[in-house]
Amino acid sequence: MEIGLNHFLVLSTALFFIGVYGFLTRRNLITLLMSVELILNSVNINFVAFNKYLYPENLDGLFFSVFIIAIAAAEAAVAIAIIINLYRNFNTIDVEETDTMKY
Amino acid sequence: MNVLYLLLIPLLPFAGFLLTGLFGKAFRGSSAGLLNTTLLLISFLLSVKVVSDYFFIHGLLEDRYVPIIAFQLEWLRFSEDLVINMGVLMDPLTAVMLLVVTFISLMVHMYSIAYMKGEERFATYFSFLSLFTFSMLGLVMSSNIFQTYIFWELVGVSSFLLIGYYFQKPSAVAASKKAFIVTRFADLGFLIGILVLSYYGNSFDFLALSANLTSYDSSFHQAAIGAGFLGISALSWGLILVFMGGAGKSAMFPLHIWLPDAMEGPTPVSALIHAATMVVAGVFLVARMFALFALGGTNVLELVAWTGIISAMMAALIACTQQDIKRVLAYSTMSQIGFMMFAIGVSGYGSESGLGYTAGMFHLFTHAMFKALLFLGAGAVIHFVHSNYMDDMGGLRKMMPVTHITFLLACLAIAGIPPFAGFFSKEEILLASYNANRIIFWLALFTSGLTAFYMFRLYFSIFWKKEKAYQNHQGEGGGLLLTPLVILGILTVVSGFIPFGNFVSSDGVPVSPHLDLKFSILPVGLSLAGIIIASRLYMKESVLPEKLSARLGRIYKLLRGKFYIDEIYLFIAKKIIFRFISRPAAWVDRNIVDGLINTSAAATQLFSISTSGMQSGKLQHYAGYFLSGVLLLIVLFIFLLSN
Repeated sequence: MEIGLNHFLVLSTALFFIGVYGFLTRRNLITLLMSVELILNSVNINFVAFNKYLYPENLDGLFFSVFIIAIAAAEAAVAIAIIINLYRNFNTIDVEETDTMKY
Repeated sequence: MNVLYLLLIPLLPFAGFLLTGLFGKAFRGSSAGLLNTTLLLISFLLSVKVVSDYFFIHGLLEDRYVPIIAFQLEWLRFSEDLVINMGVLMDPLTAVMLLVVTFISLMVHMYSIAYMKGEERFATYFSFLSLFTFSMLGLVMSSNIFQTYIFWELVGVSSFLLIGYYFQKPSAVAASKKAFIVTRFADLGFLIGILVLSYYGNSFDFLALSANLTSYDSSFHQAAIGAGFLGISALSWGLILVFMGGAGKSAMFPLHIWLPDAMEGPTPVSALIHAATMVVAGVFLVARMFALFALGGTNVLELVAWTGIISAMMAALIACTQQDIKRVLAYSTMSQIGFMMFAIGVSGYGSESGLGYTAGMFHLFTHAMFKALLFLGAGAVIHFVHSNYMDDMGGLRKMMPVTHITFLLACLAIAGIPPFAGFFSKEEILLASYNANRIIFWLALFTSGLTAFYMFRLYFSIFWKKEKAYQNHQGEGGGLLLTPLVILGILTVVSGFIPFGNFVSSDGVPVSPHLDLKFSILPVGLSLAGIIIASRLYMKESVLPEKLSARLGRIYKLLRGKFYIDEIYLFIAKKIIFRFISRPAAWVDRNIVDGLINTSAAATQLFSISTSGMQSGKLQHYAGYFLSGVLLLIVLFIFLLSN
């Protein structure tokens, strides 16, 4: 069986919704971060797949995914720094617990 | 005609108002008063120059004083026909009023520097005083009726501010509110009158208005006479309503109730505003529109005459019983304005029959002098005794010689004793009413005798009666306090000899006054009788007055209670208006108007309470909402696009 564009799209959609599900339901900040990474990667897959199957003469999609990977790395660094600080201050990384700003 | 001078006359006090009003704190000591007095002095000198120029150079054209529009500026243009101008109208009436207003105001400013010394809001006081002077000058110079109305209201505002000057006193606050509301009520009539007249007269300018509405063959006049309401023609309605405004400002019955209370203001203010200038604005208004009143083919002038004489007599009767010296003077003012009103009311238009008009304006002029003098004298007395009541006074003639003499002069003048100013003007008024309406003449004669009686009751009670020891002996007051008294005293003696008819007359043609000595015997005799009775009753302490008042019983009580007009007003206001109009209105306001608002507020609150749960502060919930929103949109778009 030939692997076509649809297979990639199904994979990326599945990955996207797994990420969204994780983002909405998990309480642990690390897991949230991981879910966001999943969403970003599903987008990466989309970019690359579209690039390869629809516009093979261009490289735009590849470049975009490279940028997204770089930004995701930076974001992860910042997010983890925040999480560590949060842990030091509150002794927890549960999103439900860290609601001081709300009041 | 020097337009610059003319415009500077009102603008100088206005500058004074702005300077002392805006930078009042920067003025130390009496400097605010000195500044405004100086500005007013210049203004007075300018008006002397302008007025003499008018009378002796520009005004007279073929033996007739013609009105000159010295300055005109288009202010509002609504359509081709409806234009409101701003301008300066110069005619004998304006000229006389310019002199009176600037002069009396100058005297009062001078006096106030001494009288108000040490007041905390000294600069504010002077700024209000200058504001008043500006507005009054604007009022008398206005060339159209709408402009008059603007200044009319400004005058009302400054009067309100000055009556309420001692705003710590509840009575002063109440008095200022009362004055404002009563005159406002009258001004509503004035405004409607203006609209009616200008609608039918097709103009706001005085000259155009009287030209359009007095010639019988003009279409405007026919329309104004033709249209009617309740059987009275539109022209009459307009004039009646305008007169209502004038009556309110001039404290004519039944709109006079604010004037006695207005005496809560500082005494110099009473002298300037509530005796000499502002309260005669109503007389001025009728005089300004006299051609309309006299030639319009209506008999509104009869209403003017009867309102005048009734007010004059009523006020004189009340004045006999009051104890507060300023209130006596207030009622006497009302009475004298009544004289002016009915003098104009009985007058006809043109040379001989126009005597009443000339007499009324003459009385306005002389009255301004002696009444301002009386008030300033009363101010000096109050300053000395620290009381407004006659019972606290007596025997002051030795302690206050200058005040005593000048006060006596003014009393003689107002009583109509020759050769003082009031004699000449009052004789002319009586003569005019004798020629026109005998009933009014007899009532006026009676009132004039009564005037002598109550003025001398006042005089004797203050300066004679009993010898009393007074707490403080700071003396009569400084030169600034006494100089205006002396100047006004001199004018009270000489101003009667001015041949007033040569300058002011109903149609501009000079009339020469002729005093009939035989005619004068009766009024002067009555005045003398009034003085003699007053001296019997009040020169020495005696029980006669009390016996007399006990004898008169009910009548005395009625007079003492000022005919219970205040009570009638209160009754109407509280029992009728409050109960049958205000209460239902309040109910509607509270339950229906407020109810609607409250219901919508409650609904909003309910909605917000029920939806506020959405705002949890949890990031994940928000993300969920966001996601479902996006999904919804996607579904929507797919659905839309696929169609």
